[in-house]
Amino acid sequence: MSAVRPSAAAGYDCVVIGGGHNGLVCAAYLARAGRSVLVLEAAAQVGGAAVTHEFAPGYRVSACAHLLHQMSAQLIDELALAKHGLRFAATQMPTVALSGDGASLTLGATGLSGPARLSAHDLDAYPRFVERLARFARLLGPVLEQVPPELGTSAWSDRFALLGLGWRVRRLGRRDMRELLRIGAMNVYDLLNEQFESPLLKGALGLDAVLGTNFGPRSPGTVLTLLYRLAAQTGAGERSTAQPLGGMGAVCDSLARAAVAAGVTIRTAAPVSRVLVANDAACGVLLESGERIDARTVVSNADPKTTLLKLLGAEHLDTGFVRRVSHLRSNGLAAKLHLALDAAPRFSGLDAAAPGGRLLVAPSLDYIERAFNHSKYGEYSDAPAIEVTVPTFHDPGLAPAGGHVISAVVQYAPYALRAGWDVERERMADRVVDVLEQYSPGLRGMIRTRELLTPLDFERQFRITGGHWHHAELAFDQFFMLRPVPGAAQYGTLLPGLYLCGAGSHPGGGVMGTAGRNAARRILAKAA
Amino acid sequence: MSNEREPLPHYQEPLLQTPFHDRARALSQLDSFIPWSGYTTVDVFTTVEQEYFAIRNAATLYDLTPMVKYRVAGPGAQRYLNRLVTRDVAKLKVNRVSYCVWCDDSGHVIDDGTLFRLGEDEYRLCTAERQIDWLLDSASGFDVAVTEVTEQIAALALQGPTSCAVLKQLGLAGVERLKPFELRGFEAGGLRVTVSRTGFTGDLGYELWVAPEDAILLWDTLMTRGKSRGIRPIGSRALNLARIEAGFLAPNVDFVSAERTLRVGSSRSPLELGLGWLVDFEKGHFTGRRALLEERRRGPRRQLVGLDIDGNKPAVNALLYAERSARNEIGSVSSAMWSPTCKRNIALAMVDVPHITPGSSLWADVYLNRELVWERRMCRARVVERPFFAPDRRRATPPADV
Repeated sequence: MSAVRPSAAAGYDCVVIGGGHNGLVCAAYLARAGRSVLVLEAAAQVGGAAVTHEFAPGYRVSACAHLLHQMSAQLIDELALAKHGLRFAATQMPTVALSGDGASLTLGATGLSGPARLSAHDLDAYPRFVERLARFARLLGPVLEQVPPELGTSAWSDRFALLGLGWRVRRLGRRDMRELLRIGAMNVYDLLNEQFESPLLKGALGLDAVLGTNFGPRSPGTVLTLLYRLAAQTGAGERSTAQPLGGMGAVCDSLARAAVAAGVTIRTAAPVSRVLVANDAACGVLLESGERIDARTVVSNADPKTTLLKLLGAEHLDTGFVRRVSHLRSNGLAAKLHLALDAAPRFSGLDAAAPGGRLLVAPSLDYIERAFNHSKYGEYSDAPAIEVTVPTFHDPGLAPAGGHVISAVVQYAPYALRAGWDVERERMADRVVDVLEQYSPGLRGMIRTRELLTPLDFERQFRITGGHWHHAELAFDQFFMLRPVPGAAQYGTLLPGLYLCGAGSHPGGGVMGTAGRNAARRILAKAA
Repeated sequence: MSNEREPLPHYQEPLLQTPFHDRARALSQLDSFIPWSGYTTVDVFTTVEQEYFAIRNAATLYDLTPMVKYRVAGPGAQRYLNRLVTRDVAKLKVNRVSYCVWCDDSGHVIDDGTLFRLGEDEYRLCTAERQIDWLLDSASGFDVAVTEVTEQIAALALQGPTSCAVLKQLGLAGVERLKPFELRGFEAGGLRVTVSRTGFTGDLGYELWVAPEDAILLWDTLMTRGKSRGIRPIGSRALNLARIEAGFLAPNVDFVSAERTLRVGSSRSPLELGLGWLVDFEKGHFTGRRALLEERRRGPRRQLVGLDIDGNKPAVNALLYAERSARNEIGSVSSAMWSPTCKRNIALAMVDVPHITPGSSLWADVYLNRELVWERRMCRARVVERPFFAPDRRRATPPADV
């Protein structure tokens, strides 16, 4: 590292480390409140893990998350993202549970449709189940938009926040409240077996509860993760389960334009090496180039471990706090398979329009649980659970004429694979293609290029410790006022002037932007 | 003894014996042993009174081996220690010793101990209780190795006004030039020993550190050569009296480690323990600093003070009141004794603000057992400066040749 050079500019009110979607959202809100803001992105383009990348000549795909489930409609409107170029190729995409025999099942907002044979019981129970969960999700919705209260303080705002949550639970009415408290800490396996008969239906609903987590359907707390996902979808309104035109990178491009329009300066290819501290407060950052940038507030979009243990360093923090941060569960286990195809893939039993939905390979809850079992011992399963989209179905511009792209989230691919990813990556890709071939005969012959991104690749490419999409596991003990850890759950850290705004903070990841928005509100409230 | 035996259940695991055990056992008239950090050590050899007066009038040997010792070494050792303890370790020079405390995130004391700087990047931390989990967790992010070396070092405390003379008898050339909190290695008569001018008695005294295989030689040489200086071994009970007079705190007596307290409010900050002088807010960050700054701003709500109590009955476990009618309870006594040297009835007590300033007058309820008849007596107590006993000889260099 070269010597520290003084900053050219006089410094900024706020420096945001990382130009992922949350960093850009946070920066935009801070700038709109009159702050001078600089965003520093390590990569050559903004977006963090929410980027569209070219994985084969002419073939582009969202590198990480491929669907926008959860970005709040309010945020999209407030930042006028439509004006800044955000378009959707598709919204409210249906969910299709694939079956090996072609008898797939489509899960709609209000009902189920075949060709899978369904019992009268399931057909009757499904709308009521969905409606009840939606009621619970609406209750949790405001929680996501809220700076979590701090326990053990005597501040009235913290008490009111908790009372408010209690009041909303109480207002559900006796039956729903009892049901919420009953299922809240349950596992989704038991809940779904209680409600439904069809293994295919249960598999599809169960996968939503565990997608992007370190859980199998039988893991405790998976009803909560399902409710959390639904809550965020509720906030997204009509634009839930949407595919942004141009891939996920287009979302961040529009956020970057909104941020710049609000007065934010963005610098790419500017990796930060350290958070600078003076008089026990953050006072700026040091770039890997040796350049020093002064700021009164430093906001980090990086994951909590990177921010606190690498960029800041344990010596500025207390041992107990460092212990909690080190113990944060942050190893990812979702992989991403990208296929560049010569022709349009066909899935057995689906009509020509169906590939435009989310296609799930999760034929039963036990199938998912078995896939999960392997991950507990540092292995991957030869029969993984998969969420498939064909982005080119709605957005042909992502591939050369006539070509198509398959983007698949594959579970479970443990970060700490026993054999090592550099050895096993291609073998696992073979296995996933084998599985997909069962549902889409002839697929293998269409593949021109393929790419499998494992959690290790996410760590290397996007600088996320452990490669977890949510930066930190979304689990009961890492949720809300415990996220990422007590002492940093209100976006501030124990170091004055240093804030977290990434997915590791409440309400977590998914391309949502809420963590960035909440963090900005907290920073502005502190300064006021 | 075979090294490869089946591990026993923890409740059957025997206490370890220190390298001095055989000598101690032979001299112990009472066979009064107590456990300390997994070792068996002597509580009393003959009588507490004899041993106590030897500390103040002659020379005494106390087996320190069970004191838990950690080796802290590496290029990041100083930064690591500065983040761990509340004092500024950068000021500790090589071959010097420092008394330190370390705190949890809330600024509550986990333990106290002595820190020896053995080399540029090598330190030894001595504590009463095991701390390895906290020390290792604190090492995350630092280029430092922390290892327990308790069993690799045997140690004796040689304390009392004739202790320097005893060492000179051993032929440790120049030992009299050792200043308080200084340490140096010596070699005499085939014995390699590290001597530090430290101790827990508030008197002239030294601590001697040797390899376990040299332990018996060290003990025998001291007992032989020190005979004319009145040397005798002492147990923990006599030492405890001396440390109260010196105003030193004993863990689990005057405070409970913040890592072990169960009840909210029963852990203590260094400011509350009257150890504010050990806290350096200017040196940079250390664990608990932000909490302690906040406490300093608010002012501690209670503080450990020394008391001088009327009468001659030790105010053991006494509750303290603001007035004789015992309406307002304002604290309690943690250590108490009749001090034979000071001829005062002294105690260490945790007392609520504002009753902590020297000269404050309080009341202690002292319970007396008079031939099985219990009496409760309200005794006036005054807050006084600590230490209660601080003879000039503890600092004099060279010490008087007695």
